[in-house]
Amino acid sequence: MKLLIKGGRLIDPSRNVDETGDLLIEDGLVKAQASGEATDGAEVFDAAGLIVAPGFIDLHVHLREPGQEYKETIRSGVESAVAGGFTAVCAMPNTSPVNDNASVTRYIKEKAREAGLAEVHPVGALTRGSKGEELSEMAEMKEAGAVAVSDDGRPVMNAQVMRHAMEYARDHGLVVVDHCQDLHLSAGGVMHEGHYSTLLGLRGMSRAAEDGHVARDIMLAELTGARVHIAHISTAGAVEMVRAAKLKGLPVTCEATPHHLALADVAVTSFDTNTKMNPPLRSETDRAALIEAARDGTIDAIATDHAPHHADEKMLEYDCAPFGVVGLETALAVVLTELYHKNSIPLTRIVEMLTAGPGRAFSLSRGTLAAGAVADITVFDPDREWEVDPRRFKSKSRNTPFAGWRLRGKVVATFVRGKLVFRDE
Amino acid sequence: MAFNRKDLLGIRELSAEEIITILDTAESFKEVSTRSIKKVPTLRGKTVINFFFESSTRTRTSFEIAAKRLSADSINISASTSSVTKGETLMDTALNLEAMAPDAIIIRHPSPGVPHQLAKLISASIINGGDGAHEHPTQALLDAFTIQEHKGRISGLQIAIIGDIMHSRVARSNAHLLTKLGAHVRVAGPRTLIPPGYDKLIEDSEGSLAVCDRLEDAIADSDVVMMLRIQRERMTDAFFPSLKEYSIQYGLTLRRLELAAHDAIVMHPGPVNRGVEISSDVVDGSRSLILDQVTNGVAVRMAILFLLVGRET
Repeated sequence: MKLLIKGGRLIDPSRNVDETGDLLIEDGLVKAQASGEATDGAEVFDAAGLIVAPGFIDLHVHLREPGQEYKETIRSGVESAVAGGFTAVCAMPNTSPVNDNASVTRYIKEKAREAGLAEVHPVGALTRGSKGEELSEMAEMKEAGAVAVSDDGRPVMNAQVMRHAMEYARDHGLVVVDHCQDLHLSAGGVMHEGHYSTLLGLRGMSRAAEDGHVARDIMLAELTGARVHIAHISTAGAVEMVRAAKLKGLPVTCEATPHHLALADVAVTSFDTNTKMNPPLRSETDRAALIEAARDGTIDAIATDHAPHHADEKMLEYDCAPFGVVGLETALAVVLTELYHKNSIPLTRIVEMLTAGPGRAFSLSRGTLAAGAVADITVFDPDREWEVDPRRFKSKSRNTPFAGWRLRGKVVATFVRGKLVFRDE
Repeated sequence: MAFNRKDLLGIRELSAEEIITILDTAESFKEVSTRSIKKVPTLRGKTVINFFFESSTRTRTSFEIAAKRLSADSINISASTSSVTKGETLMDTALNLEAMAPDAIIIRHPSPGVPHQLAKLISASIINGGDGAHEHPTQALLDAFTIQEHKGRISGLQIAIIGDIMHSRVARSNAHLLTKLGAHVRVAGPRTLIPPGYDKLIEDSEGSLAVCDRLEDAIADSDVVMMLRIQRERMTDAFFPSLKEYSIQYGLTLRRLELAAHDAIVMHPGPVNRGVEISSDVVDGSRSLILDQVTNGVAVRMAILFLLVGRET
């Protein structure tokens, strides 16, 4: 089984490659040579005028299975992933039951295997039941396939528990992922605290609630030597602290979501509950800081925080609706439109945040087109304009703030282990 | 000046001309309530629903009387819980109301934005009767009507708004309305009850809204002192040490009122917590317009119903 992806612009930031050429895949692996006899008998995929990149890696998704299959299943989640160009996704543990032990981790891996398509890397809970009290059985979860640990959405407020979790995770080679939010400071908040929360009479979550927690985690990373990954970073202050930590050589990485890069809190004036997420959409100043952090390399990864919710759940009063938006199928287009087309951030940098950056952050063996690598490949058109129609999503849920937006950049084909798993019609 | 809106959702969206149209219209309706037969046939055959998710005596009764004096049929629905605890979505609630073909729905709800969400879904006129801590446009309009009646103008007046600014939709709507009509507004209260950036609330009227650190600075030389109720039902945190300390530090007494202009008037949207934010001798004193506000509420709400529901007729 040979496949020749012909004539595309190959962008592989893991090897600093940006050149037009062919890519040969045989038996699900990338071959060193893509010319001469090696290509004999290969099926040809014409990629002229398109970008050929390593398959995208999303460090932060909620697949809702087990427990909330009416919102999303692992199957619908990976269908959504490959439609968005993601060949690997990291599934957060806030399922029901919580993924805090190896049996749940194995269940997720098994369901993902049945679905085929994108690879699913489970993220195990940091503490039992994500209650922030006792450490979970991280080593066993790692053996079962967990790549990182996190109490995403239920941040550990007790700093001593967090310290122990970091020390323990470090010994087992697990990255600690943290949703940084001081739950006391942000209690009752439904949006960013600032001009618009004051205007709308909605309760705010201040930047300080995120910044204080990020500062604590960076200090604990320094104290314990653990690898810490700041999830969905959203404030100018947090970005500045991560930048400083990196300069100091601390093992700290971070991710930003497409919605925090493209939207600000002014969007909440519509009272559209698809503008409600946690962390909340911040001010234009914060958004500008995120864009600069994406440009200068402070942000390691674009992660969607794909959070499916049923339409009925979002069709509520703003302060009663659940937090979160879906993101897998709009991520590339939002990021290209905002960062590449509007802010002239180079394509190589953007592809890095979708491939090698997240690969390095979680030590995944993907995100490269080096010879011998597993042939997870995403082919996209960086310029093609399209309109977001949530009814066409492969995800079971439709809760996007980008409905009706005209965006530029579209996934054309996604390959997993050399097999075509998505093709734009 | 025509008034051509389907809904009255807030003051923020209104122009000064629209506000003046409502106040002028209210002026012409005020006389109806002084007749021996307090009724005009203006909205005969129209249906108005009062849909209240929060308890209310004043506003709901005022709207009901306003509708009846215009000969509209008015119906009251009280819901003690929000749709989410009832298990029905906001959309379903809205569609069920719409199915009964009302001409206007007055909605009061503890969640900001509910009137705005409903207005997009249904064709009846939506009137915001207070949405959480967001807006209470009819209260601000009746306050403006009352001020105008007693001061002859709004432009150039110095107006103090004192108390629980954070949880107050009345303060927000008044800040918008009074600055749009050229008044200077100063707010004061415990810093814990003033949300960040309140002085920048009004984007395009730089300097006409100020936050004072001291209560006395806000009251000094004011033409109008508007006191707000402490909204204990919306308070989840410790915002101040005790009601006793609050009343000593921030309560309006006759002595504090002496700091205001000699002909200053005192207002309160009600219900009044006597002895907490305002002392009884101020409530019952000659400067108090608290009951005038209630009287004017009917005329202002008649005007709003007339302008919205009577649009095409």
